This record gives sequence, C-alpha cells and structure tokens, in this order.
Amino acid sequence: MKSFFNYIAEIFSGIWTLLTGMKITAKYFFTPWRNVTQQYPENRDTLVMYDRFRGEVIMPHNENNEHKCTGCGLCENACPNGSIEIISKSIMTEEGKKKRIIDQHIYHLGMCTFCNLCVRACPSDAIKMGQKFEHAHWDRSTFTKVLNQPGSKIMEGIKE
Amino acid sequence: MAEIIEKLITTDEIKTDEYLVNIGPQHPSTHGVLRLLTKLEGEIVHNVEPHIGYIHSGIEKMTEALSYPQIVHLTDRMDYLSAHMNNEAVCLCVENALQVEVPERVKYIRTIFDELQRLASHQLWWCASGMDLGALTAFFYGLRDREDILDIFEETCGARLTLNYSVPGGVMFDIHPNFQKNVKAFITKFRKKLPEYDKLLTDNIIFQNRTKGIGILSKEDAIAYGVTGPTGRASGFSCDVRKHHPYSAYPYIKFEEKMGTEGDSFTRWKLRMDEMWESMNIIEQLIDNIPEGDFAVKMKGVIKLPEGEFYQRVESARGEFGVYIVSDGKKNPYRVKFRSPGFSNLFTINHIAKGWKIADLVAIMATFDLVIPDIDR
Amino acid sequence: MAFEKYDFTPITQSIHQGLIENVSPLLTTIIEWTIIGVLYLLFIAVFGLFLVYAERKVCAAFQQRLGPMRVGPWGIIQTIADFIKLLMKELITPKSVDKFLYNLAPFIVIIVPFLTISVIPFAPGLQSLDFDIGIFFVTAVSSVGVIGVLLAGWASNNKYSLIGGMRSGAQIVSYELSVGMSLITMVILAGTMQVSEIVELQRGGWFLFKGHIPALIAFTIFVIAGTAETNRGPFDLAEAESELTAGFHTEYSGIKFAFFFLAEYINLFIVSAMATIVFLGGWMPFHFGDWAAFNNVMDFIPGLVWFFLKVFGIIFLIMWFKWTFPRLRIDQILTLEWKYLLPINLFNILLMATMVLLGWHW
Ligand code: SF4
Ligand code: SF4
Repeated sequence: MKSFFNYIAEIFSGIWTLLTGMKITAKYFFTPWRNVTQQYPENRDTLVMYDRFRGEVIMPHNENNEHKCTGCGLCENACPNGSIEIISKSIMTEEGKKKRIIDQHIYHLGMCTFCNLCVRACPSDAIKMGQKFEHAHWDRSTFTKVLNQPGSKIMEGIKE
Repeated sequence: MAEIIEKLITTDEIKTDEYLVNIGPQHPSTHGVLRLLTKLEGEIVHNVEPHIGYIHSGIEKMTEALSYPQIVHLTDRMDYLSAHMNNEAVCLCVENALQVEVPERVKYIRTIFDELQRLASHQLWWCASGMDLGALTAFFYGLRDREDILDIFEETCGARLTLNYSVPGGVMFDIHPNFQKNVKAFITKFRKKLPEYDKLLTDNIIFQNRTKGIGILSKEDAIAYGVTGPTGRASGFSCDVRKHHPYSAYPYIKFEEKMGTEGDSFTRWKLRMDEMWESMNIIEQLIDNIPEGDFAVKMKGVIKLPEGEFYQRVESARGEFGVYIVSDGKKNPYRVKFRSPGFSNLFTINHIAKGWKIADLVAIMATFDLVIPDIDR
Repeated sequence: MAFEKYDFTPITQSIHQGLIENVSPLLTTIIEWTIIGVLYLLFIAVFGLFLVYAERKVCAAFQQRLGPMRVGPWGIIQTIADFIKLLMKELITPKSVDKFLYNLAPFIVIIVPFLTISVIPFAPGLQSLDFDIGIFFVTAVSSVGVIGVLLAGWASNNKYSLIGGMRSGAQIVSYELSVGMSLITMVILAGTMQVSEIVELQRGGWFLFKGHIPALIAFTIFVIAGTAETNRGPFDLAEAESELTAGFHTEYSGIKFAFFFLAEYINLFIVSAMATIVFLGGWMPFHFGDWAAFNNVMDFIPGLVWFFLKVFGIIFLIMWFKWTFPRLRIDQILTLEWKYLLPINLFNILLMATMVLLGWHW
C-alpha cells in the first residue's frame, strides 16, 4: 500500500516540477518586451562601442596631418604575430643631420589578434585602438593598411 | 518456423554484434572537434576511445619563439572560457620567477576578474549542457545572462572573450569607473536569475532522471586520473587550488570549497551551480574593498626570466591549470608546458561511461564541461 | 441555432448537385475526388509551412528572441523561401543505401497525414470521410508512419539513422497504445466512433467537462502520448540532435527531407485536431451553462474559427513542452509508457465505464 502511495506521490511531484519549468518559459513568452534580440544592421546608428573596445589599431593624426610615430619599431617587436611592419627612411634635417623617420607603418588587420601589446609598447603614444568593428570585406588586400597618412609628418616635440 | 522459435526459446541470449560509431569530430554534442570512437551494442556503450588532435594548434611550441607578454596573449586561445585565469597563471609564474610583488589593487582586480570569468564560464556550461540534454531554451537563457558579464569585461579591457587583461606586473588597464557599479548590478540581477535556472532544469524530474546516479566517478578514480576542478570535487576530491595554494586575493577572503560525494552527473551539475553562488559571494567581498594604488608595476621593456624552472597553478573554471616554464635566461622560454584540466578530465570518460547508454554518454560529457582547445592546445 | 448558418453542407451539396445534373455520375465522383485531393494537398502544404513558421516564432518568443525577421515583413515568407531552397537542392542518394527502401520511406511517412486528415471535420459539413469507425481509422492509419521511419533508418545505411529508426519504432509502438486507450475512454463516454457524431454529442458541453475527472486524465495522457507519437518535444529521440545528429533522416536531402519535416508538422496538427474533436468539442463553440447572452455571442464565431482556435491552443501546448523540457532517455520513455501511462489508462477506462454506467457524467 505504501509503495502505491509513493507511486502516486511520485507522479504528482513529477508533474509539479514540470509545471514550474513551464511557468518560467511562459513568463518569458508573455513578456515579449524583454526580448534581447538586436536587429543588427538596422540599429547600426544607435550602436555605441565602449571606448576601450579593441577593434583595430589606428594612428591618430591631428589637423595638420601630423602623427606622433617616430618609427622606433618597438610596436613591431611587441606584436606576437608580425601584424606590424615598420619601414623607415633616412632624411636630412634642416641642420644637415641624417635622421631616420617613419616611411610606412604597415598594419595587417587580417593577422591582428587585437591584443593591445603594440599600443602598450609604443613610447610616444602614437597608436591606439579604434572602435570600428565592421571589418568584413570582399578583398583581402584591403586588410593591409598604412597607418601613417600620405604626406603626414611627425609632430613637433616628440622625443625619439 | 517451429525450429526457429525452438532455437529462440532454448538459447539464453540472442546474439548481437558490437558496432563502432564515430561520435565526432563533427558532432553537435562534442562542443568542438573531439572524436569519440564509441563501441556500442544497441544503445549501450561498451567502450569509448577519445581521439584528440583535430584542433591542435601547437601553442606550447609557439611559445618558445615568443616573449613573455606575448605568451600571455596566446593563452587566451586555449581554454577560451577561462581566458583570464590562463593569463593570470602565466603572469603569476613570471612574477614569481622575477620575484616581483604586484600591488594589492592588482590582486583584487585579478581575483574579481577570475570569479567573473568563472561565472561566465559556468553560465555557458549550464546552457550548453542544457542543450545537450535537449532543453534548447536553456541555451538562450544562459547566453542572455552571460552577455552582461561580457559587457563588463568589454568596458574595462576592450575584449569579450580573449581578454588578455593580465600582463606580467599587473593588469593592462585600470578598471573602468563604472566597473564596481556594473558588477554589483549584475550580481543583484543574477541572484534572481539563478533560482530560475534551477527551476528550469535542476529540479525538473526529467533532468534528474537523466543525471542522477549516472556516470559515477569514484574519489579514488578521480585522484588516479588527476581529475580536478568541479568534476573532481563532485567526487569528493578536495582539489581547489584557490583553497590549497591561494594566490592573488584569495588568501584575504572567506569562501567555501563546495564539495560533493556522489560523483555522478547530477552532483557535478549541482556543484557548478553552487559554485556560481560562491563566486558571487567572493566578488561581493572584494568589490567594495579594492585598494587604491597602481594597477601595474613597471616592468623592464624586455622581460628575461632567470635560468631555472618555474611552476604556477591556478584554479580555472574547469580545474587546475598549471604553467611550467623552463627558462635559460633568454627573453623567450626554453620550454613551456601547460597542464590543462580538460585533458585529464576527458580521459576518465571511458572508465565511467561504460555500460551506460549513448544519451548518458552525452550527459556525462556535458557535465564534464569540456573545452576542446583546452584539451588539444 | 445561430452557428448553423456557418454550415458548409449547402455549399458542398450544391456543388454535388450541379455536377450530377450536368455530367455522368462517374465523372462527378472523379471531379469531386480531384477537388478534395487538391484542397487537401493545398491545405497540407500551406498549413505545414505555416506551422513551421509558427514554431519558429513561438520558440523564439520562449527564448526571448525574435525569430525570422528578414524575409518579408516579420519574416512571414521565410518558410516559403526555405521550402523553395529545399526543392532546388540536390537529391543525394548515398552510395550503399538500399535504393528502393530509401526512396520509398519519405513517401510512406507523408502518406499518413493525407489519410488521417480525411476524417477530420473542420467545420459543420466540412469533412470528406465520415466513417462510423472514424476514431478507429485514425489510430489504425497513424501507425503506418512508423514503418516509414523504420525504413528510413534501416535503408540509410548509417548507424545514427539506424539507432534513430529503432528508437522511433520502440517509442511509437508503445505510445500507440496510450493514444488508442485514451481515445477508447472517450469512445465509452460518447458511445460512438463516428467523428461527426462525437462532435454533435458535445453540443451541450465539451467532453472534457462532461466527463470531468476521467476525461481530464484521458486528455492529459492523450496530449503526452500524442507528443510522443509525433516524435516531438521531450520525446524527440528519433532525431535527438545532440546524440544522433539528425537521427533517421540524417542521410536525406532536398525534398525528401522536406517530406519528413512536413509530415512531422502535419502529424502535429492531426494530433491536436483529434484532441480538439474528442475532448474539446471540435468546431462547437464554447457554451457556459445557461448564460444565454454569452452563449449567443459565442455562437456568432464560425465553427471553422472555433476549430482552429482550439487546435492552435493544443499545438501551442505541445510546442511549449518542446521548448521547456530536456529530452528523455529511451528506457525512460518506455518506463513512462509501461509503468505510468498504461496502468493509469487501464484504471481510467474502468473509471469511465463505471461512471457512464452509473450516469455520473453531465
Ligand atoms: S593588437 Fe596585438 S596583434 Fe594587433 S598589431 Fe598590435 S600587437 Fe599585433
Ligand atoms: S607606433 Fe609607436 S612603437 Fe610603433 S614605430 Fe611608431 S613610435 Fe614606435
């Protein structure tokens, strides 16, 4: 007899646990305003990335088309996967001294792991992380970027 | 006809054949590219042979050509769900080798991140095992709540999964001004969500029948196989590195090492659920008391470890994660070995899944919380 | 009564009359069959696609998502687009399958809903076959489907398929019993197996209320067993995604896969329709005691609407199961049937018979 009651109790407690589970899902079913889906390309304008988001490496230029990169190559060394290549060139300064400056700061976005090590390594804060995240492209060659803009110069007063 | 019936009645057993099934490398429940060569008889599992190597990326070999900060960034890719613990392990190892004392603030931040990472990992484990057991809705609820933690990560360190937040000597950035507020808001919210998880699955009678008493791993076996983490603790093997070899801010706080005794799938499940509560307690103890100070000590531009061998272990979300560095005094290590918890945990599967059904094998794998890159490295 | 004005009999009668006056009786029959066939074909295709869409939306809502949103407004033509995609896909026949059985299986599976749907009265006068053994016909025919599943599992020459097929066989054979028995319980109450008669008998009140306790038990069992019979929800072992990848239809592609898919959803409809007819009064409107005003308002809603409202209610319930519960294991499924549902069912039949004998129902 006892086992019979156990049998009945088992059925009811089992059904009860099932119903509590169903209550949870029902709660979310009937509160559609809690939905978490974001309609991505449509809400593009409202998306704001966190200002520390690591989307790509950029080199900020000021209004005179000047940047802070000295071409020291520390970022190239810090990068774990060779995403940065520094090509420097020699120029003559006004005083007639030879000086090496940056020619091209080449950045391979396709290889970058967004680890932030190059930004940490840079002694003159010339590069930083940008917030752009929509990098997909049809053409792989667009992932190789030259960070210093054409015709740009190094800012005054940046120590080497 | 009569003869056949006669034969069927007289022979004790109807002869059946064993057959082999490759579960994986492409299979929904292996969570990656794991291949289980399974010998079945009908539905009964007779033998499971895990084959790994499908996602082997040679991380240990790669590290030999990298400097120490670069190694840290590579460890994100192993157990990507405990990225911060892996980072921290390498950092601690380097710091110990150089005998650098990091500021208190760093210890606190690292510990909070550890526990947040553990919460995020356990949430993903919860929802993914729910899916393995056939409750797909659980999957979305888990991911939904995990998103909050990832947002917190992103705000402070700019990445969601591969954090690379710890660096030798400290952390990469100071915490974001909103960090404490957001973490507290998350904990308040998540304390309401966890009972919901329980109601949806843990208490569910179908779920209990699927896990209780299934896939029992005894304490002796757990020790013999080197099973650590929640899986080992569920078998009664006290192996919490946070407790036995405390690091970072763990010596300063009170917390309980959750233990189980049964060692079945349900205990492993329950233990991780309890660990989530405990993680929240730990964070609450720390979050308001983060001391002022620097977020990193200045390290040399090129970090060179003294000659010798160094080992550091941390408790990752899956168990004991160890970093063993052999240095010959150069800026690259001579050899690095990672002791990943998943590797030891996985290979008990043949031992405990034998004799159960395929569905149980899936349930056992789910409660083991396997991350394949962690096993394969 | 008011809802009598929604009766479809005059329409069908006038078509029949028109035909019989103009063409020979043989041609009449052929034309009528064709019309009915085309109508059912259209209904199954459209309703199947709609159910797939509904399932995706319902499941999304349970999971706090939006579901398909891109193809058409709110994604309403998503399933049509999917169907076109399936139609255009290559029909792959793996190398070492049993070709004949492999190709036969999807047709057996899809034939079942076509057969069963014929006895379902959608509205007064909208029913093509009114057997006096309607209920019996449904239970008999619906078990043919398992042959298709077994064949698919066997002929695919894939171990996952085989396991899926065998599981499905064991499961459906067991749950047939429960479905049949819970229907028998209600047949005892109704005293007839004719579907139209059963609906007619519920004019004064649905059987679920008329038969109170035993009817409620029978209803619960029917919904559970029906879910199991359609291989859905917590009982979707035959295609248990996390164990068997796709179970018995792993090796099927293109339109053959679509057949399995469509059959599953139409079977869902049929189970819900049977529950509606036997327990919830088919197309009968909801009446409450002697609230004449309320009852009159209810009568203004056409029977067709009533029928589909109830069907959707039950379909929603079954979807709710699916999106809440974890999957059972094969031995647990069989335990549930043989240890719980079957004894309860037998007891329930006894209870119902006693009740009918003593006239304890309303
Ligand atoms: S973010 Fe890391 S991977 Fe990318 S360029 Fe900088 S150092 Fe290299
Ligand atoms: S970006 Fe910074 S580290 Fe890199 S070359 Fe320029 S100055 Fe040096």
